[in-house]
Amino acid sequence: MSEINSIISPENIVYQKTPLLTDATMHYCPGCSHGTVHKLLAEVLEDLGLQETAIGVAPVGCSVLLYNYIDIDWQEAAHGRAPAVATGIKRLLPDKVVFSYQGDGDLAAIGTAETIHACNRGENIVIIFINNGIYGMTGGQMAPTTLPGMKAATCPQGRDVSHDGMPIKISDLLAQLPGTCYVTRQAVHTPANVRKTKKALRKAFENQMANKGTSLIEVVATCNSGWKMSPVQSNQWMEENMFPMYPLGDLKDE
Amino acid sequence: MAKAKGAIVVDTKACKGCGVCVTACPTKVIELAAEVNGKGYHYAYMANPDSCIGCANCGIVCPDTCITVYRAKADATA
Repeated sequence: MSEINSIISPENIVYQKTPLLTDATMHYCPGCSHGTVHKLLAEVLEDLGLQETAIGVAPVGCSVLLYNYIDIDWQEAAHGRAPAVATGIKRLLPDKVVFSYQGDGDLAAIGTAETIHACNRGENIVIIFINNGIYGMTGGQMAPTTLPGMKAATCPQGRDVSHDGMPIKISDLLAQLPGTCYVTRQAVHTPANVRKTKKALRKAFENQMANKGTSLIEVVATCNSGWKMSPVQSNQWMEENMFPMYPLGDLKDE
Repeated sequence: MAKAKGAIVVDTKACKGCGVCVTACPTKVIELAAEVNGKGYHYAYMANPDSCIGCANCGIVCPDTCITVYRAKADATA
């Protein structure tokens, strides 16, 4: 035990909470992917020295209180309108680094028009898109990204594609637009995937600083409360069911 | 060559006991405690401290960032 006490000293720290994350306890359910992505975002902003220049646009959804957790400037947007608000901020303050953080109900349902048009105009912003295939905040209703056959509060028998259509692969769609410079799909359920997502986030912010256009980072995430599974089970379920529909990797990198 | 020696400190008040770190640990150091913290969660703790190599995988996947990871410098353990 004394050996362990000798290891636990400040000069031996290899990983600790970044100072950009506030001391507020996140309100997310245990194991929620949002917490991991928030942490990565804070780490990337700190690494790039953007604490004073970054402005985030928070969405409506579970991550609506994001402004409580990362110590930078924030603006709250109406549901789905984050890319439009980010467009305004970036055009007025071109020296600032602007990003939006949105879930699938926010970006792929209510805000589809804003998202597509912001990407089509090639607005110089970063869009972070958390895709867990469900409306988490309001109680697990079906989202446009819900998988065929997947059960949700508004489709208790599973999504019926003859009635509700197929899930929308919004990142594939946005990768077709000339305005986007970087579209990638990542996950945060294993250490290796977390490291890849961090690299992708860093690249997206570097693209913005180089004025390259819109960067979109989709993170395939879990909603263990909405899916009614334990955090570890839902990570496994995501690998088996979400990844075939939403394969990981870069969709566009220019 | 001796294995690297590491240790973790879990902020047991902040831990929500999701267990993601338990599956991420390559040397099976972490387990969830039988006791609960103030919020009623079975918090993570070092069950096999001797096996820890300080790889920081647990800290990286922790959604609530409540794990601090330490690793002894190579010359200190040699």
